[in-house]
Amino acid sequence: MAADETLEITSGIDPTVERPLGVLTRPSGSTGWRSWLFSVDHKRIGIMYGAAALFFLVVGGCEALLIRLQLARPGGAVLTADQYNQVFTMHGVTMIFLVAMPLGAAFANYLVPLQIGARDVAFPRLNAFSFWCFLFGALFINSSWFLGGAADGGWFAYAPNTGVNFSPSHGLDFFAIGLQITGIASLVSAINLIVTVINLRAPGMTWFKMPVFTWMLFVVQVLLLFAIPVFTVALFLLMFDRLFDANFFNVEAGADPLLWEHLFWIFGHPEVYILILPAFGVISEVIPTFSRKPIFGYPFMVFSGIAIGFMGWGVWAHHMFASGIGPISVAAFSVSTMFIAVPTGVKILNWVATMWGGRLRFTTPMLYAVGVVSMFTVGGLSGVTHALAPADTQQTDTYYIVAHFHYVVFGGVIMGLFSGFYFWWPKAFGYMLSERRGKQGFWVMLLGFNLTFGPMHILGLQGMSRRIQTYSAGQGFDLWNMVSTIGSFFIAIAVAMFVINIYLSRKQSVHLPPVGPDPWDARSLEWMTASPTPEHNFDYVPIIEDLDDFWHRKWGEDEDGNIVRIATAEEVAQDGSRTDVHLPSPSYYPIMLSFGLPIIGYGLIFSLWLCVLGGAIVLGAIFGWIMEPADDPEAAHDHDDHGGDDATEAAALEEEVNA
Amino acid sequence: MTTATDHVETHDEHDDHMTDWKYVQIALLLGVLTGIEVFTYFESVLDWGKALVPVLLVLMVTKFYVVAAYFMHLKFDSRFFSRAFAGGLVLAMGVYAIFFAAFGVHFWEIFQD
Amino acid sequence: MSTTEIPERFKGRVAEDDHHYSASGLSHEKLAMWVFLGSECLLFGGLISTYMLYKNKLPAGEIGPNDLFDIPFTSVSSFVLLMSSLTMVLAVSAIARGDVFRNRVWLLTTAMLGAVFIGGQVYEFTTFYNEGAGFTTNLWSSAFFTLTGFHGVHVTIGIIMLMSLFIGSFTGRISQESAEKVEIIGLYWHFVDVVWIVIFTVVYLFPQ
Repeated sequence: MAADETLEITSGIDPTVERPLGVLTRPSGSTGWRSWLFSVDHKRIGIMYGAAALFFLVVGGCEALLIRLQLARPGGAVLTADQYNQVFTMHGVTMIFLVAMPLGAAFANYLVPLQIGARDVAFPRLNAFSFWCFLFGALFINSSWFLGGAADGGWFAYAPNTGVNFSPSHGLDFFAIGLQITGIASLVSAINLIVTVINLRAPGMTWFKMPVFTWMLFVVQVLLLFAIPVFTVALFLLMFDRLFDANFFNVEAGADPLLWEHLFWIFGHPEVYILILPAFGVISEVIPTFSRKPIFGYPFMVFSGIAIGFMGWGVWAHHMFASGIGPISVAAFSVSTMFIAVPTGVKILNWVATMWGGRLRFTTPMLYAVGVVSMFTVGGLSGVTHALAPADTQQTDTYYIVAHFHYVVFGGVIMGLFSGFYFWWPKAFGYMLSERRGKQGFWVMLLGFNLTFGPMHILGLQGMSRRIQTYSAGQGFDLWNMVSTIGSFFIAIAVAMFVINIYLSRKQSVHLPPVGPDPWDARSLEWMTASPTPEHNFDYVPIIEDLDDFWHRKWGEDEDGNIVRIATAEEVAQDGSRTDVHLPSPSYYPIMLSFGLPIIGYGLIFSLWLCVLGGAIVLGAIFGWIMEPADDPEAAHDHDDHGGDDATEAAALEEEVNA
Repeated sequence: MTTATDHVETHDEHDDHMTDWKYVQIALLLGVLTGIEVFTYFESVLDWGKALVPVLLVLMVTKFYVVAAYFMHLKFDSRFFSRAFAGGLVLAMGVYAIFFAAFGVHFWEIFQD
Repeated sequence: MSTTEIPERFKGRVAEDDHHYSASGLSHEKLAMWVFLGSECLLFGGLISTYMLYKNKLPAGEIGPNDLFDIPFTSVSSFVLLMSSLTMVLAVSAIARGDVFRNRVWLLTTAMLGAVFIGGQVYEFTTFYNEGAGFTTNLWSSAFFTLTGFHGVHVTIGIIMLMSLFIGSFTGRISQESAEKVEIIGLYWHFVDVVWIVIFTVVYLFPQ
């Protein structure tokens, strides 16, 4: 295929350009474990989010394989019913809260500051706090496996079924407390990124010159900002019920069993868009790059994203059509749910229109992006069938639902973010992932994905219930369950191929010339600096004149209206050689503060004395955080040339200027 | 680099308009409104009947608005702040209104027995 | 801080370093606080809605608000919290003028008024408990203690922040230059106050 040749031409290999890695490595400052643990650099935090999420992807994937092994044959005995409950619950919890959300956070952290031409986020220390808070919360939830059993109430944990009566192990306590801790992470991160996007856009970058990716991530942060507190309320009520005998879900005392469902799905539906919009953002960057065309209908892309975010608040009860919410509610939510398919359809149309007539290069990121457009559409269409309440009544709690949300979450979110991995890998690490192995991996994943989840449509319509531990032979479930299980191992192989690709590509990259700032001939600002991104992002903050400013610096029009190159990427890009940029200093306190939170969590479950210990750590860390002088040389350990300039300091000075 | 100047200007305006004495006057107004609220409790003095809940809601919204607009400076500050806050507030009211509707509770009934 | 010469090829297309840059002209911290308060609306909205829902579902004969509320008492503590907003705004106004002493006085007054409010809440909770309505007694009591308790925790955090400012003013950390810190914590304080304005009306004054 011609794609590889094109790739070679545009990868901008110029042997005279010095490999930027060596220039940037500060022998004492940028290496070693301490430089990661105490880092406040948004790029390192982004990479740590990504690494942690990939780790949990493997954990959640193993849980998925256990589920599929159990269901491969009728009467499976791999797991007991109790273990099965825990495994499918934790599979959902892990994949949604510990894989998809942090992967979105990984891309947001790494790319949003770069795409808006900023040197870091608005609050670097809070950013580090968000990551550690997420990681410790995630480990806290998973520690339940070793402390009496994991959560077993399904990922949406319907109370009162998740009360102590029906789930006496501590698993759901870990769920309720752990997700509050990761919720703090999401909320703080959301505030941070919202302020970053509002305040730190480079000069000239108006709202409608922001890349679509940044727009989508901005919408996601707004959704998180408003959705997380609702979930926090629900989790608090559940925690109070379970730990302190409150009556919120005590039906005997007159409680309404629908309270949890409503609160959960008020959060839960925006959550769906929190998961998918980062993937939409990724492919909105990938498809124009590899179609050599600007995104079709940029304003429509932006407004449909905003519309999805806004309408996502008015559709939650479509998860509850079978819960007895009454005909008026069902009708109203049914209509609103059908409406929300419109902006999503606009997006699909615009991606297809972007590709239409473009000079397509089917690189690995592009393959994954096309995979998203097609697979997500399948999931979206089955979603529309759920919007029809009478049909949904048949489908609820069957494998048809499982098929639907895996098509949108796996086919949309995971494939979209894999596209992002292949696309931005050279930017983050300075070497390309092998295209050949990448494409092989893509096809294995696409095959495995459809083999696994495609048959679930049939199983569901045949009436196989979701979450059943096993089934008896002769119900017509045998064949498709076996196909599905085989498919799931193809997915596992595809993920393994990705990991192997990382390892081999890294090893081989030593013998290859450096990738240069812009290996894909891309459009947005992050490609205008060296690869891997220097610690200070940009030597000089660019002044923005156009949407896709970087592209317009490279390409212009001749008098006949043909697109002609006016500069090479190397001429336009900055080489990252500047060393006198002031950056925020690393800090001990973010990790310390977040370390206290799970200890409080263990205390609530096991012994209140631990709460005292955890509380002391938290208070000490907050005290140290506040007292930490922004530009103290002690605080700037390892960074001899960084005076440090904390956001607080900057704001104080800014106030001075304004006054 | 240029920074937007709206903020700075509105800030000056706020310094011109608000004095400590004005803050005290506003607090007095809030105190009076609270007095009226508490007064409604003593039904033997005056029975508001069906007007009670609307009157209380109007008083509540007024107090809320006065604190947000003057004490929190929203009236004089950047529109961004108002939008961020109003965004959360309006969304909360909308979402929880639908929440009650979905429970089949007519909004009015929440406030009655 | 030193700024290296901008290379010729970037001239006119890149900006000089500016650590005080803000595209919107707003301070990061103040914007973050407002965004956070927007988020808090959903949190308290959820708690208030839960309370309203369960207040009406309390089975007949159970101990409830009619048996317990002492409106005159709660009115006084509500008034105290309301007035603490006045003293808060006076503290902000003082530090904006550079009047460190008055700022200090008003900060302390605000914290004290907040403490009086919390004291009133502790008294109220104790009384309710003694009259037979504990946290676990029934639907209403769980919802009531959770809602007002959440608010009380917010007030307590506010008091701690005010006292930190008060102490900080003696170490010279709070001055006219950092007046915005006081203003931002003031925003939080006023928010806690407006939440109570809603709770006082909806929970206490609405006909039970």
